[in-house]
Amino acid sequence: MILLINICKEKLHFYEFVKPVEDILSKNKIEFSTRHYKDLTNQNPTKADKFIICGTSLKDNDFLENIEKFSWIKNCKKPVLGICGGSHVIGLIFGGKIRRKKEIGLKEINIEKEFLGVKGKKQVYHLNQFRVLPEVWKHKTKPIYATLFHPEVRNKEIIEDFCRI
Amino acid sequence: MKLGVLFSGGKDSTLATWLAKKNGYKIECLISIISENKESYMFHTPSISKTKIQAMAMGIPLVVIKTKGKKETELKDLKKAILIAKRKYKIQGIVTGAVESVYQASRIQKICNEFNLECFNPLWQKNQFELLDDLLKNKFEVVIMGVFAYPFDKSWLGRKIDRKFIEEMKILNEKYKINPAGEGGEFESFVLYVPELFKRKLKVKNWEDFGEKNSWRGEVEAE
Repeated sequence: MILLINICKEKLHFYEFVKPVEDILSKNKIEFSTRHYKDLTNQNPTKADKFIICGTSLKDNDFLENIEKFSWIKNCKKPVLGICGGSHVIGLIFGGKIRRKKEIGLKEINIEKEFLGVKGKKQVYHLNQFRVLPEVWKHKTKPIYATLFHPEVRNKEIIEDFCRI
Repeated sequence: MKLGVLFSGGKDSTLATWLAKKNGYKIECLISIISENKESYMFHTPSISKTKIQAMAMGIPLVVIKTKGKKETELKDLKKAILIAKRKYKIQGIVTGAVESVYQASRIQKICNEFNLECFNPLWQKNQFELLDDLLKNKFEVVIMGVFAYPFDKSWLGRKIDRKFIEEMKILNEKYKINPAGEGGEFESFVLYVPELFKRKLKVKNWEDFGEKNSWRGEVEAE
């Protein structure tokens, strides 16, 4: 079972940032449940096998004030994928620094090393006000992944590949 | 949070309005852009002047701006409309009915960012059959106002989006790759009634059809 983590403060953002990821999992007949990050305990939060931390809007940055709520990731041995805001969360938990970097819309990037089944030039959709980690990032030893862009908009196969790990 | 909705009068922007309201947000105003260019890059065009009647039926104020509809000037006009809504109705965010168009969505995101407004796209990436089902489930009364692709013809104008319509869309989707909710611009719609959103039902008073072959649009006089 995959646990989707909603980091949106605004209720209406669920439909834009969490539901599209839920829809990819449903389409692939993958069992999941969704919870808000504020409802998770500080230990390894549930019996889930994997975690996906979804993104949120440019202005909805309440989660950055509550980074301690994600400290469980540091000792997590299970696969985690962070999308956009989720990527910032993972970066901050592993000691990264946040800086302003506004990007909105489509852009071509080059993924040099194979990342969750994709490699080479890809068109990606950005919606970020900040940057902590690079476009794609993987922890050196753990199955922890992050994308700055939104794979649920372009490159859905990244999410599908993560689910197959 | 006080919101303004970019409102075209069609099913998508109306469903987005309904979702925002259902989730407890206050809709302070609707914002409509009337484009003189029928092939506008950004805006749904037929019957948009009828948004005034829909806004009245909902009891929500309407901000209307006219644009010549040239690619970049229409963005300036959209900015102007959003700024008027922000000043007049003190909105803190914009809601759109964007589903697939990255072109449309990213431009609106940029404008909202410039004006320090939240941007909500509650139909973003939504499966188009699910979108049509949501309309039926929530008793939206919607008619087809324009068709712009083969194999549609004049007979589709005025048709209601009902179960039979959705079943036919399934066939057209398989056979001709028609987007079932018209996201590729294959058809456009007009909403007559939504429970809990409209205070009264609109009726089509008069129809005028314009077009040829597979491209038809209707002008409706609603009351």
